[in-house]
Amino acid sequence: MSFKQEISFTLNGDLTTASIPVHMDTLTMLRDVLQLTGTKLGCGEGECGACTILVDGAATNSCLMFAVDCDGRDIQTIEGVQTEDGLDLLQKEFVEKGAVQCGFCTPGLVMQGTAMLNENPGMSEDEIKRGLEGNLCRCTGYTKVIDATASAMAKTRGEGQG
Amino acid sequence: MTSIEAYAAPETVEDAAKLAADGTATIFAGGTDLMPQTKAGAKVFSQTLLNLRRVEGMRGAIEERGEIRIGALTTVTDVLKNELLRAAAPVLCDAADKFASGQIRNSATIGGNICNASPAADMIIPLLLLGAEVELVSWVDDEANWRLIPLKNFFKGPGQSKLRKNEILKAVKFRTPQTDFVAGFVKFGTRPALDISVVSVGIGGQLNSGVLTNARVAFGAVAPVPMRGLETEAVIEGKKIDDKIIKAAASKAAAEVAPIDDVRASAWYRRELIQTLTGRLLRDVVQTGD
Repeated sequence: MSFKQEISFTLNGDLTTASIPVHMDTLTMLRDVLQLTGTKLGCGEGECGACTILVDGAATNSCLMFAVDCDGRDIQTIEGVQTEDGLDLLQKEFVEKGAVQCGFCTPGLVMQGTAMLNENPGMSEDEIKRGLEGNLCRCTGYTKVIDATASAMAKTRGEGQG
Repeated sequence: MTSIEAYAAPETVEDAAKLAADGTATIFAGGTDLMPQTKAGAKVFSQTLLNLRRVEGMRGAIEERGEIRIGALTTVTDVLKNELLRAAAPVLCDAADKFASGQIRNSATIGGNICNASPAADMIIPLLLLGAEVELVSWVDDEANWRLIPLKNFFKGPGQSKLRKNEILKAVKFRTPQTDFVAGFVKFGTRPALDISVVSVGIGGQLNSGVLTNARVAFGAVAPVPMRGLETEAVIEGKKIDDKIIKAAASKAAAEVAPIDDVRASAWYRRELIQTLTGRLLRDVVQTGD
């Protein structure tokens, strides 16, 4: 038997508990134990960013994080981004700018973009590109993702239609 | 299925050292190296999984008595943003900036990067230039036992260091660089982000009127350990850095490294890169510093 541990943490604003094998990664816990399948498994080794979540606000590869280390932390996944009115601003901009094609990388990109917007709402285009360097997209190219992020940033700052 | 029988996330260094005392713990902080290594079967879990991330007082950098001490749990993002380090040891922040991706920088720790002992580790090269030492603690005979090892003597081979199974790396420290200290770091890979270095080079020293003293050179991914380039240092030590010295240093660098052929590059290509990058970096360090 794999050694298990009880953990409790805040998941998308709700207190959550889970009993998980201590060697399990956070991505597997989210998808297979908690049934939150919005976070994607791309490479499983930190190269692609499809599994990006926010841990105490910091963008993190959930495939590289031990699930036991979620204990006591504040975890946000793509399922927690949506507002009561539907898609949040960055998600809407992804749709608006056509930044989604097959969609597999999109949850990770939205989470990374969310962290970036929180941290620096005054990014230059180069800073946006640098910020997205840990996320791979194999179909759209990155131009529309960069546009969507820039546009969401402009709207957050109240600069009209960006 | 694993052989793990216990899990612990202690909050003090003392407790962590006690939990590691019998030498049967697999220790991690950010987990960004341990997770893929265990998934790939390259590393097997021991009896106890010991999470250091909750240990207090081991994160951040402070300066006291002419030394800068960086707690082992300081993340690479912390290093990148730390005001003290940006002012006193910018070469370390530059290497942090070139480290993996934003997501990994947020999790990976400076102590983990050292303990993982990769010959290609990005944080180790600038720390070698800074003459860093590592502070190790273990719990022996009911008391804390400390060891201090110069980083240049710490590594034994790929993934191998002098860290004993019962020891925890608590901090890395170095003498606060003099105001005339200059240093640079270059990393060569196929793309800027998320690349394991094909080679990396660091050069530092005290620069006065074009003369470099207390020169230090370090190379990554060209030997079984991150290495100091002692022969290259001898070529530039105390010399006015002109074209002739730059050429001689570049040739010596290519001669003293011991690269291998692997999936990322051939030994021949690595040697060529070392020659080119050492010359280029030496020129940059002297020009931007003066």
